[in-house]
Amino acid sequence: MNGIINLLVNGLATGMLIFLLASGLTLIFGLMSVLNFAHGGLFAWGAYGGVWLYAATGSFFVAILGAVVIGMLLGLVLERLVIRPVYGNHIQQILVTLGAMLVLSELLKVVFGPNPLKADVPPLLNGSWEVEGVILIKYRLFIICIGAIVFAGLLFVLKRTKIGLIVRAGVMNPEMVQALGIPIRRVFTLVFMAGAGLAALGGALLAPYSGVIFAEMGMQFAILAFIVVVIGGMGSIQGSAFAALLVGLSGAFMAYYVPELSLAANMLLMVIVLLIKPSGLFGAKG
Amino acid sequence: MTLLQVRGIETHIGQYHILQGVTFEVVPGEITVLLGRNGAGKTTTLRSIMGLNPVSKGEISFQGERVEALPTHRISRQGIGYVPEDQGIFPDLTVGETMRIAMRLNDDHTKARLEWVLELFPDLHKFWGRKSGLLSGGQKQMLAISRAYVNDNRLLLIDEPSKGLAPIMVEKLMLAIEQMKAKTTVLLVEQNFMMASRIGHRYYLMDEGRIVSEGMMAELQQDEATRRKYLGIA
Ligand SMILES: Nc1ncnc2c1ncn2[C@@H]1O[C@H](COP(=O)(O)OP(=O)(O)O)[C@@H](O)[C@H]1O
Ligand SMILES: [Mg+2]
Repeated sequence: MNGIINLLVNGLATGMLIFLLASGLTLIFGLMSVLNFAHGGLFAWGAYGGVWLYAATGSFFVAILGAVVIGMLLGLVLERLVIRPVYGNHIQQILVTLGAMLVLSELLKVVFGPNPLKADVPPLLNGSWEVEGVILIKYRLFIICIGAIVFAGLLFVLKRTKIGLIVRAGVMNPEMVQALGIPIRRVFTLVFMAGAGLAALGGALLAPYSGVIFAEMGMQFAILAFIVVVIGGMGSIQGSAFAALLVGLSGAFMAYYVPELSLAANMLLMVIVLLIKPSGLFGAKG
Repeated sequence: MTLLQVRGIETHIGQYHILQGVTFEVVPGEITVLLGRNGAGKTTTLRSIMGLNPVSKGEISFQGERVEALPTHRISRQGIGYVPEDQGIFPDLTVGETMRIAMRLNDDHTKARLEWVLELFPDLHKFWGRKSGLLSGGQKQMLAISRAYVNDNRLLLIDEPSKGLAPIMVEKLMLAIEQMKAKTTVLLVEQNFMMASRIGHRYYLMDEGRIVSEGMMAELQQDEATRRKYLGIA
């Protein structure tokens, strides 16, 4: 029983990390129909930025916040220079964002050196609690909380605020949205920055969780994030959250019970879901 | 006192010189009609006023302020509502969501305008929760007009609202536009001369990117030669 609870917490924590990464991706795709393959690069920059800022300032809070800011600034540059000319063209988006991904990874090596870096859990979140014989690792619970907060916040913004509607309308007819008095370019830039900030947040939180970071980590996690976005249904935040937790949990349990299969599990999950429902679990369009 | 003054605007689209010096004005409280056959430059004129096709020459003043160099969203915020020729519907948004985006303020005044327009177009009220893309052509036009009207705009630019609609629907829309005249000013592009002449006060007739005739609507009704020459109708 205790083992199962542990697996559950591990799985949820991993799932939440994947969700943070995937949510930015699904936001950018779902709202603006932009396929952003540079997302993993932003994730890696968030991880490096967080580790560097934590070492420099000694404050984990500053490190996380700073990582998000770095992600948003990179998002701003990316949107202005790379994405803006290719709105509406998926093929070009894939090409230019893949290019941007490589540039981001290489730049990491230039700035932080080619070797992997060690990442520490801050003292306050280090260690674990023991409740009725169950060991709860504090940092994992922390990740689960942050993930839940981000999920709730995103849903609120998209469903309850006007900005979600504006962005959706802007995707359908940007000229008309401008003619209604809304500076749609600026809104798009903000959405892109928000998505990039979420990716960086995921990276910054992942670093202490995995203990070590390296420049190519972005690619590795980006694939996971894409799997999650596809399983959940492109553009659905609930779908991404559900799929991320599914992937996190199945990963944890598979690694424990059938380790031979655990690597293939995510792909298998994706294939099964896509066979049954090609638009993904929460996807609207078939 | 004129509300909108357009002076010698020239607009290029790509390498084409579409508007070649267009001058006219809109007087508040009136319905000014822009006439002219297909391809005359009526839509481009409205788009130039909105900043969607920026002018390369000339001046546009709205309420005494120059607007031709402003970005579209700023022009809109000066108090100009725009109903494009293709209606510019957001197909995946419901009628209600569309109106929510359109309403810049959520004050009593704007709410009252919303109520007024929903009384004018009960269909919109009925289909409040329906996706705009699923509305009929006439309902889409009603939505587009309401979306432009709901803010306290001083001027509405309406591009061929009768296009592709059944005569009954055209009649309904024209009556609605006439009612709006009491609360705002309208610059109407219309090919349907019968309708235009019924509700319009002043007309400007365009051909090949220029204004070729202007005056009171009543005058054009008498002037068969001009109508025949530029509109192909007697
Ligand atoms: N995007 C465009 N590219 C090239 N030519 C255009 C474009 N839009 C309009 N035109 C041309 O400009 C002229 C005026 O068009 P338009 O303003 O739509 O006329 P109207 O609304 O009076 O029918 C037409 O000859 C049309 O072919
Ligand atoms: Mg036209």
